[in-house]
Amino acid sequence: MPGLLKLGDLSQTELDGLLRGPGLYLQTGVFRFAIRSPFKDVARALRLLYAEHGVAAQGEFADFHVRVDAPPLRKFLRPQSQFYLDDQTPFKPLPRPQAAAMLEWGMNWCVTAHAHQYLILHAASLARDGLGLIMPAPPGSGKSTLAAALCFRGWRLLSDELTLLDPDHLAMAAVARPISLKNASIEVIRGFVGHAVLSDTARDTAKGTVAHLRPPASSVAAADVPATPRWIVLPRYEAGAAARLSPLPRARAFMELAQNAFNYSLLGEAGFTALAQLVNGCDCYRFSYGDLEEAVTLFAGLEP
Amino acid sequence: MNADLLTPILRAPERLAAYDPAQWDALLRQARAALLLPRLASLADQAGVTTSLPAPVAAHLRAARTLARKQAQSVRWEVKCIRRALQDLPVPLILLKGAAYLLAELRAGRGRLFADVDILLPKSLLGQAENDLMLDGWTMSHHNAYDQRYYRRWMHELPPLKHALRESVLDVHHAILPETSRLRFSAEPLFEAARPLPGWESLRVLAPADMVLHSAVHLFSGEFEHGLRDLADLDSLLREFASLQFWLDLTARADALGLGRPLYYAMTQLSSCFATPIPREVVEHMERYRPSQAVDALMRAMHARLFRPGSPGRPRTGKTLARQGAFVHAHWLKMPVALLLYHSIYKSAIAPWRRDGSGSL
Repeated sequence: MPGLLKLGDLSQTELDGLLRGPGLYLQTGVFRFAIRSPFKDVARALRLLYAEHGVAAQGEFADFHVRVDAPPLRKFLRPQSQFYLDDQTPFKPLPRPQAAAMLEWGMNWCVTAHAHQYLILHAASLARDGLGLIMPAPPGSGKSTLAAALCFRGWRLLSDELTLLDPDHLAMAAVARPISLKNASIEVIRGFVGHAVLSDTARDTAKGTVAHLRPPASSVAAADVPATPRWIVLPRYEAGAAARLSPLPRARAFMELAQNAFNYSLLGEAGFTALAQLVNGCDCYRFSYGDLEEAVTLFAGLEP
Repeated sequence: MNADLLTPILRAPERLAAYDPAQWDALLRQARAALLLPRLASLADQAGVTTSLPAPVAAHLRAARTLARKQAQSVRWEVKCIRRALQDLPVPLILLKGAAYLLAELRAGRGRLFADVDILLPKSLLGQAENDLMLDGWTMSHHNAYDQRYYRRWMHELPPLKHALRESVLDVHHAILPETSRLRFSAEPLFEAARPLPGWESLRVLAPADMVLHSAVHLFSGEFEHGLRDLADLDSLLREFASLQFWLDLTARADALGLGRPLYYAMTQLSSCFATPIPREVVEHMERYRPSQAVDALMRAMHARLFRPGSPGRPRTGKTLARQGAFVHAHWLKMPVALLLYHSIYKSAIAPWRRDGSGSL
């Protein structure tokens, strides 16, 4: 976001001071988080993953005030970490080494549980020349991996798992936060993106082994620019499969999106209307792939 | 952000026009914690500031309105489902609290957030109602023997029921206060005075005076979890019912049922939090329920802390103490001393060692 200081420009001492004191006011696309944590590994992860993100002055408006800290009495005995939104604790504590990953999950939860000004789809979203690509899929279908590959090859990352759709203008808003990679895809992306910056891996989480990938600077810089939805693609990774797009009937695409939405029923009629308009204005495909290189080439040929 | 920014707005929404983004930041957090975000959105409309708000503030208020609209729709649907499940009962269902405000189209129901639906039934029909509800998919949330006995022998409601598919929560009341309460009174006159709900066959709501009394008694007998929201409900009800006849009914009813004390506490807090207009004659009448000076001062201080919105992220000792004080006071009202001792010993010394989940409450 223009006009803001970048997190990467802060010294270690300045960053620690904010995280332990009044909070780090971090701008991630349309949301601003005020983050506090006494943990060194959380500071390190933030520094690594959000180096290109803007930092606002403390005390200004923030959408969510969050904190990752030790739950009471669990500082020394089998240490744990807990996520707080103000005084609320939406999750059970996790083992201490998962603190940085917990912050990422907690920030996602803040959006899905509160930002009902948007229709929120469980989908990766990217953009090229202002036109948006939406990839809804259940976990394990390779959408984050594909989003990671695409955003380092000409596409702009809006989000790897939260597609935000303004129901009035059908515009896609960006959060441009780090991409969550799981298990084998961590090494795949390390190999595919030569200069990938990844966080420490968190092992034995509920999702397996997890690492977060820093989004490209260009995606972060353009995170306040909305995109117009153009393509809906349901990806599925299959080992050894050739990259193939096959047309998806609009009604089917509608159902897939509704099932992969966080607040479709909460928005009621507005959600239905927005989804129907979205599907009508997009080309809809199923996509299976076994190789990222092939996938990226094929997506480059999507008709504007 | 220690200052209470929320109650001044609830008293005088026009002040919103002067709020800067940093104040909005604190205000939104306080309102969210108090379940009053949608109410804040309607106050912003009322103050005419909605169109001139900073964009992120407008977005939060819009989200809150959407959530409240959805909840209102869900509660209406839920009430229909409950009514169908209980259609064989020989009496109409009486809706309490939020669901009643909503379906009676009272101002207190607009933009309200709900945690559950509450209904009131004569005690003699509890067995049949429970049976019908179970057949419809409602299950008990408290399974162990102690909690079952606690609710059934001593309380004024069944253990909360949860629907197996919809996951909604239902509280079935058969009285207003626990069976064991010091303020115990018969719920019979409330049933008799209940009013039909236009457009909703076989449903009733309490008469205005009873609705206010029930809400006040419930709140000031220890249900402080959403205290400020519930106090805001009372404020809306009193402003809407405001006729002279209503105030006469209310004081007469409180006198007759022996519920003057909780109503006195409610009015004290309503005056200081919301500047709720209460006729001078009523205030004078309620003076007879004022406790001794020391108790009055203590209760005022305790209640004031409970209703003042906290500073999210910064626990305050005063509020924690007040919460504990209110918890003890509520239990003192709920049960005779011997039972209170038994319940406390069980919950503190026995329940934590059992593996059946009876350690809560």
